[in-house]
Amino acid sequence: MNMTVMDRKPEAINQSYLGFIDCDVHPFFKSPDEFNAFLPERWREHRRTIGGRTRVGLAKASNYPRMSPGNGQRMDAWPPDGTHPGSDLPFMQQQLLDLFNVSYGLLAPLVGGSGGERNVEFGAAMATATNEWQLARWCDPDPRLKAAVLVNVEHQSAAIAEIEKRAGDRRFVQVQIPPRGLEPLGRRRYWPILEACAANGFPISLHLGGAGGHPSTGGGHPSFYHEEHPSYVQSMQTLVTSLVCEGVFEHIPNLKIVLVEGGFAWLPALCWRLDRAWKRLHAEVPFLRQKPSEYVRQSIWVTTQPIEEPERPRDMLSTLEWIGIDRVMFSTDYPHWDQDDPRYAFKVALPEEWKRKIYSENARALYQLE
Amino acid sequence: MQLSSTQPIDCDVHLAVPSTRVLLPYLEDYWREHLIRRGIENDNLELSSYPPNAPINCRPDWRPPTGLPGSQFEQLRDHVLEPFQPRFAICNVLDGSQIMFSEDLSAALCRGINNWIAAEWLDRDPRLRASIVVPAHSPDLAVAEIERRADDGRFVQVLMLAMTEIPLGRRQHWPIYAAAERHGLPIGIHAGSSFRNPPSALGWSSYYIEDYVSQSPGFSGVLNSLVTEGVFNKFPKLKVVLIESGVTWLPAHFWRINKTWRGVRSETPWLDRMPSEIIRERVRLTIQPFDEPPEEHDVQTIIEEIGCDEMLLFSTDYPHWHFEGTDAIPPGLPDGLLTKLLVDNALATYPRLS
Repeated sequence: MNMTVMDRKPEAINQSYLGFIDCDVHPFFKSPDEFNAFLPERWREHRRTIGGRTRVGLAKASNYPRMSPGNGQRMDAWPPDGTHPGSDLPFMQQQLLDLFNVSYGLLAPLVGGSGGERNVEFGAAMATATNEWQLARWCDPDPRLKAAVLVNVEHQSAAIAEIEKRAGDRRFVQVQIPPRGLEPLGRRRYWPILEACAANGFPISLHLGGAGGHPSTGGGHPSFYHEEHPSYVQSMQTLVTSLVCEGVFEHIPNLKIVLVEGGFAWLPALCWRLDRAWKRLHAEVPFLRQKPSEYVRQSIWVTTQPIEEPERPRDMLSTLEWIGIDRVMFSTDYPHWDQDDPRYAFKVALPEEWKRKIYSENARALYQLE
Repeated sequence: MQLSSTQPIDCDVHLAVPSTRVLLPYLEDYWREHLIRRGIENDNLELSSYPPNAPINCRPDWRPPTGLPGSQFEQLRDHVLEPFQPRFAICNVLDGSQIMFSEDLSAALCRGINNWIAAEWLDRDPRLRASIVVPAHSPDLAVAEIERRADDGRFVQVLMLAMTEIPLGRRQHWPIYAAAERHGLPIGIHAGSSFRNPPSALGWSSYYIEDYVSQSPGFSGVLNSLVTEGVFNKFPKLKVVLIESGVTWLPAHFWRINKTWRGVRSETPWLDRMPSEIIRERVRLTIQPFDEPPEEHDVQTIIEEIGCDEMLLFSTDYPHWHFEGTDAIPPGLPDGLLTKLLVDNALATYPRLS
């Protein structure tokens, strides 16, 4: 089937996208052996003999195969030497960092399997290894790239130790936790980790994904990637619901949460629904001292990709206003198939001040970047 | 606008089975004895999705001094039929009968409930209509029940819960859709879960408010399943009504699923047009709860973004607590939409109301 499904030109082309901060860049390895350099022999041996253990049927491949090779990479992002998209720094510089004169690229490593590993000692070791790998392979060679502290939240003491170890190292700008875990992240058992993030000045990046093993919808496992891809929105919605309703922001008022790769246009309606439900059910959650939407407004940031495309492009403007212009940060998701191009992502002209904030100033302020 | 003067069609009022015991006269002999021997007639089979004492699930002035809200005809008469003067009210029973693991027990109880609805409610007031309660996880038995009830025109739709064992678009469910289409019955998908799965991919949440809020994301998953599996292609006359789903989440849902479709539609090549087009044509939503924005003028924006004046159906969602008095119309809805919403859209959706 080869048919035109969208005959629509962008209403406006932003000329001022250069120098933006990219809040979602995916580094990859050229060979999985790269991590071994950062692992003790005990875990190198484990990795060789047993390997990663997840909560899904396929050991290595995705249960929902993507629609392009390499588990859903941009077709033109394969480096000239044939290695995996996102694995070659010079090529990443050419396609992303230099092309757009990116000020900073925030790494979101989805490699190593540390977050969802069932053997939590191994998961913690892989998290540490992946953190060292980010520094050695990416941040030190190109200081524009900023690392995320990976942790396995099911190993609380190791997670907190890792967060404390990286505090003060400005090459790390946030802690990254996969939202789909064993339990919703707002549950009390995770609070010590969330407290450690706030105490050490790290916002938490909640990049979609995870390996908790639950079906991706409340009604069970869907059949198609066509459903899996938008189901990440549902996960983001329940994630916000969990963090707010469990009282996380009342308990840790200075916690800062960043939602990555879930889009954002769904957030206003979720806030309206939360406020309506809270009006009736506040006695169940008496520790919430303000409307749910107020916690969201204070403590949650969103990144743009995959940006929703309203059928009437101007509806993007009201959506952004409902969320708050100072809470939206641009991201490309390089080198995934559904990457957003800063030139074309918004199909409507944004006011200059909004553009400055969304493409740069909001992230600069949140992450205290120069 | 004086609501009652329009004689609206109320597309969602709830009846509660006051106790399982009342079903005994409506069961086959074997099942009557079966329930009594196991003591099941003493059990209350209410769903955990709808704890009846939670404030949101019954408006204070609608709460009866004793018994379950919505379990007596006089309540429904005084609270809905008199004040709103509906020309029809479609009754939905949410009950654990729909989700018992034993398919046979589930089907027997559903038969009993449908018999009870016909005898104790539909026979009492000519304005009442009902949804057929079925064991959706047992398609053969669900189809048998649809066939058994299809001749009674007062049953106007088939009721399913939004979140059950497998996504509703999965092909195991298709015999149910075939039977519904054959008999001019829309599929009414009501908020709620049988909790065979956690409320979301994140696992089990702590509080009821989380479960409640998560119904809307759940409906997103339902729509994605129905659309991508090709239910609307396979059953070209089938209509689906989302009941108690909230409403304002729909535009953002359109924007995202359309974008995903543009990228990955080769996986589901039968989808030869935008999901939003299919949904606008075939899916309807009841208006309570609406989950409106705090500013009235923003409601207008949402209505324009929904982009179809045939989608919304009037409902009180009795006895659930979404509004006071008779203010069942969310503030800010444009007047032009109201006539369609109050009457015409329901008539177009439910062939059996005409």
